Formats: sequence, C-alpha cells, structure tokens
Amino acid sequence: MADVAMRVENLVKRFGPVVALDGVSFEVPYATVFGLLGPNGAGKTTAVRVLTTIIAPDSGHAEVTGHDVVHDADAVRLSIGLAGQSAAVDENLTGRENLRLIGRLSQMPSQRIAPRADELLERFELVGAADRPVRTYSGGMRRRLDVAASLVHRPPVLFLDEPTTGLDLKSRGELWNMIRELVNTGTTVLLTTQYLEEADRLANQIAVIDRGKVIAEGTPGQLKSRLGATIIEFGYGDARQQARRASELLAQRLPGHAESDGSTVRITSDDGSRVVVDALRSLDTEGLAPVTIAVREPSLDDVFLALTGHRAEQDDGNTAQRGSS
Amino acid sequence: MTTTTAAIPLPLVQRRRPVIRAFRDAVAVSGRNLIAYRRVPQLLVFSTIQPVIFVLLFRYVFGGVVSTSLTVPYVDYLMPGVFVQTVVFGAIGTAVGLATDVKSGLLERFRSLPMARSAVLAGRTFADLTRNVFVVILMVAVGFAVGFRVHTSFGLLLAGMLLVLLFGYSLAWIFATLGLATGDPETAQAAAFPVMAPLVFASSAFIPVSTMPGWLQAFAAHQPVSVTANAVRALVIGGPTTSYVLQTLAWCFGILLVSAPIAVRRYRKTV
Repeated sequence: MADVAMRVENLVKRFGPVVALDGVSFEVPYATVFGLLGPNGAGKTTAVRVLTTIIAPDSGHAEVTGHDVVHDADAVRLSIGLAGQSAAVDENLTGRENLRLIGRLSQMPSQRIAPRADELLERFELVGAADRPVRTYSGGMRRRLDVAASLVHRPPVLFLDEPTTGLDLKSRGELWNMIRELVNTGTTVLLTTQYLEEADRLANQIAVIDRGKVIAEGTPGQLKSRLGATIIEFGYGDARQQARRASELLAQRLPGHAESDGSTVRITSDDGSRVVVDALRSLDTEGLAPVTIAVREPSLDDVFLALTGHRAEQDDGNTAQRGSS
Repeated sequence: MTTTTAAIPLPLVQRRRPVIRAFRDAVAVSGRNLIAYRRVPQLLVFSTIQPVIFVLLFRYVFGGVVSTSLTVPYVDYLMPGVFVQTVVFGAIGTAVGLATDVKSGLLERFRSLPMARSAVLAGRTFADLTRNVFVVILMVAVGFAVGFRVHTSFGLLLAGMLLVLLFGYSLAWIFATLGLATGDPETAQAAAFPVMAPLVFASSAFIPVSTMPGWLQAFAAHQPVSVTANAVRALVIGGPTTSYVLQTLAWCFGILLVSAPIAVRRYRKTV
C-alpha cells in the first residue's frame, strides 16, 4: 500500500489546440477529502477522467493507491468509484438493476451483489423507486443513484465530479453528511466543485484550478485567509458619487480591503461583524449611509478575482471536455 | 496524517482469471442490452414490423411481376431474401445501441470499471444476435402464414437460418464501429441507411439479378447479401448448395476478421 491515496505529478492533457491540463501536481493522503475547485472548463473533469483511467494523459504521471493509472489501470479500477458528470446510469434499467450491473462489472463476489444493492437503495432512499426504470426518476433521484452506483464495491478511493450540481439544499446536505461518514471510515475522496462553500465544508485540502493549472493550494482556512473570510457589500443604488466617497472613506479608516465597483462598495475582512459596525458608524456620521447591505461568504468568483485578477470565465476551454462539463 | 494503512478499507472485489472475467462481463452487458429491448419495444419494432411489411408488399404487390421469370412460387424465392434483409437492417440496432451508450456517458463509467475491455462489444453483439434469433423465427412464422414452403427438409431450413444469423453477427461488427464513430443514435441511423439500402436492394434478395442492367449485375451477383440469400434459397428450395454456402462462410469470416479488430480499436479510442 502506498503512503498516499493519490500522487499526481505534472499531468498534461491536450485536446487539439486546447490545453485542458497544463502541468497539474498534487498529493492526497488517505482518508481525507481533496477538493478540486474551479470554474467550468478549468480542467477538473479532465483531471478526474485521467485519474479514473478513462483517458490517458499526454505526459506526466499519476498513481492511485500506488498503482499507475496508465500502466496498471486495472488495479486502479478495482479500488476506485466514480460519480458525477463523467459517469452515467442506464436509463432503461431499474435502479436496482443498475446497481447490480455495476456490482457485477466491478468484480464483486456474486453472493454479495444483491444485498449490497439493497443496502444502498435503503441508504439513498430509493427503495420505493428501486424497481422502476431510471428514465422515470427525477434529477435528484438520478443523482443519488449515480452516487450509490459509485459505492457498490466499497471503493477505498472515491471520485465525485461536481456531485451536488443540480441538487436541492436538503439533498446537498445529506450528500455532504454521507461524504463525511465515508471519510470517517477510511475512504479517500476527490471532489470537484464550483462552490467554494462546498470545498470549505468538506475538504481537508483544496487546489484551485484555472485553465489547466493549479493556481493555489492549501487548507480551506489558508485559502480564505488569503482573501478575507467575509465579504461586506454596501449598495448605493444609482449614487455612484456617494459610493466612490464611501469607499475612499473606508479605505482610510478600516484595516480591511475596500474597493468600489460602480455603485457598490466591497470590503473583505476576517472579522465581518466588527467591520460592519465600524463601517456603518463612520459612513453614517459622514452622511453616506448605504441603501443596501449584504454580508456573505466569498464565492468562487471572489477567490478567482483575488488569485488571478480576472473573473472565472464560464465557457473558457469548455470544448476540451465532453458533455456539459 | 495519523491514519495507518490498517484503517484503509479494502474494496469488495475478487480478482478473476481474464477468460472468466471476459465471459462473465460479456454476459452481464448482454443481459443489460436485452432488458432494454424488452423495456423499449420501439427498438424491436424497427426490426420486426418493417420486414413483415416487406413480406406483404413483395408477396402481394410486386410478386406478380417477378414470378413470371421463376421456376418456383415467388413466395419461396422471396422469404430467404427477407430473412437476410431482416438481419441486415437489424444491424442498425447495433450501431444505434452503441451510439446511445457513447452519448449517454455510460461508456465513460464502464471505462472506469475493472471490467473486461471486450465486454461492451461482445455484450452488444451477443444481445443483437439473440434479438436476431427471435426476429428470424418470427419471420419464418410470417413466411409460413403467407404460403412459404420448404422444399427440402427442416434440417436444411435450420442450417439456412444459422447461416443468416452468422451473417447478421458479422455485420454487427461493421455497424459497431459506425455506432462508436458517430456517437449519436440519430446520426448512426442516418449514416447506416445509405450503406444498407444498395446492399439490400441491389441484390438477389427480392428479385433475380438477371432482371438488372448488366453493369449492376456484376456487383449484385457477388455482394454478400445476394450470396447469403442464394445460399439460404439453395438450402430450402433445393439444388447445388456447396458453392453458395462456402461463399457465404467466406464473406462472414472475412467481414469478422476485418471489422472486429477495427471495432475493438475504435472502442479503445472512444469516449
């Protein structure tokens, strides 16, 4: 058994002129969650497809549980599960049939397949729909079945490619709890997401990826401290003049970082509530009370802006990946 | 990390010998494809209703014209051609099925599983062979209903059917490549038709080649659909069979030898 669950060194993958992975490296210790965070087309799905042996890299090297993804692909496949946008379930089979098929093709011992499928149907609240063809399922049910299918043979390493995209809040919370449970019992998870919040809640380590490159890596705490944990926005409606004056005032009086974007003043700070009180007091005494106030967690967009100086581009390089990645 | 290797869960899998694994996985994929045929009846309609209509059309509409140049009743000439035509059009199902799996992303998941690499193609072609068995038996029944008669023996009819099924199986491998290459069921279907139409109609399947213009006869007399139809005809009507049967076998194994490696290579590149 290798010392880490995944070791990725300098992976490069091109699709024609598009460089989907441009020298990606990282390591994932056992029984942790590694978050690969980035916008559409950043290369997240390509990384997952290389690590799950679906496609071969052009250069570089990747190991999962000590097995090379190119030269020892079968050994890798025996120890991984994959769910999310790079995987699908069969529309014409029932939920139960899908799980049993994946179990069989995952080389499970025959007598363990049926009970394991039942157990997963129970756990993902699909018992009522177990014997209906998947084409009758709702989006949420389909997603749950997809995740269940990735767990059938109890893989020690799990790849979840944007697993909560399109899920409602309740299902998202349930999936998060399930991921934590799995990690507590020793499973290693590689999670890709466009949501900073998701990576923050689940991941022990996060790599931010943009245009095929890892542009930042660290614990959620380290990443957030690089940009301030909270974002406070004061809106001034159409009063751009006022917004500009307010941002100048706050830049002088507050330790945090203040900037004006048209009619909105944005402050990033580690100490959200304190800053709100101080800022409002200053603004009010100068007759610059804002029209609207918003306090929020930084989004992926904010992280991007802070790290790269450009906004996350939604469609850049998207052609590099098949389907709706 | 304080995690020790002892805490790492082991997957619930067992390593199997490659041959055993290839067989088990092909059976699993094949079963999955047959469930789809049962659950989506439209998939079967194309391969059953359409040949039945052909039988009725040719037997009762065009039959009168053709029969003047024959020594046997036209229905006895027609049915062997229909059997062959059925499996030729049925091969579109192989292309459409694989294209659907490419498009849905199911093949992606399969590629991440420790299953035999051969299983997707083997499972697909076995399932379509099974479907052909069903459809050919149905067509024989339809043939008997409209007056088709075997002049030789039941055993030779069976041999003819096996020949038709073998021919259908070899074609499935050509259309497997088409399905993988197009990656879209509608495109696969549209691309398949121009290939099959000349094969089926510029052949001896429905009318004797001797009625065609000379330049076409050279192609029509030797292409695989004609050869197979002639072999089946010889088996059920009587007359010299050896040459036609050998030619058919040569076509079938020739097609398999060329198209199977191409399909396998295409599968490795797909997704």
